[in-house]
Amino acid sequence: MTTTIRLQGEVFNVSAEAALLTRGRTDIGAVVTFTGICRADEAGEPIAAVTLEHYPGMAEAEIARHVEAAHARWPLLGVTVIHRYGRLAPGEPIVLVATASSHREAAFAAAEYLMDYLKTRAPFWKQVEKAAGKIWVDAKSADDAAAERWSAPAPSHGAVE
Amino acid sequence: MKVRYFAWVRERVGKAEEEIDPPAAVATVGELVGWLARKGEGYAYAFENPKVIRAAIDKSHVRADARIAGAAEIAFFPPMTGG
Repeated sequence: MTTTIRLQGEVFNVSAEAALLTRGRTDIGAVVTFTGICRADEAGEPIAAVTLEHYPGMAEAEIARHVEAAHARWPLLGVTVIHRYGRLAPGEPIVLVATASSHREAAFAAAEYLMDYLKTRAPFWKQVEKAAGKIWVDAKSADDAAAERWSAPAPSHGAVE
Repeated sequence: MKVRYFAWVRERVGKAEEEIDPPAAVATVGELVGWLARKGEGYAYAFENPKVIRAAIDKSHVRADARIAGAAEIAFFPPMTGG
């Protein structure tokens, strides 16, 4: 499996990253890309920007652990995870998860699994700039619940066209 | 050992990292949180609600009952909000 994990301040190019996953290969039948984008509101209030703090070293290691877990669970042929840090304006991309597999089922499921774990386990913290000042975003119980559902026994590898 | 703080834990403590030398009686992550909370006003504020504090030893998540012996780096931070 081809794995790319990058943390960066700069913007990324979704279509270029997806193309890299399949370049020179004919065994990949499905690529799923998820892009998380900075919204202009948080908890119902407008924001000017979001600043992402991270724990260098641990963030890469934690993402790599979950990519390995996803690979053990689904027949993946490639995974790319890019997470940005620093100050981002509304409309800018924050995170990319791209998964490649022979069939769509594994690619869809693994992308969702990786995003759910990135939200709750990767050491990143968002601070938003509101009219009243800078505020750390609270963790959401819905995100914990989303990650928790993958704790059930893994499904068997299916081959769905 | 080295301790690192992130996000609002860092802001409340007032520093990103420091070297500490807790007494031998401080054996677990949870006990270290209690010990740090007594180091000063900022620490007390950062660790006022130990239940919400997350920890990592040498860049892996750990629970409050994890033992700190042999750890090179312990990090404390709020629940994560990336993605």
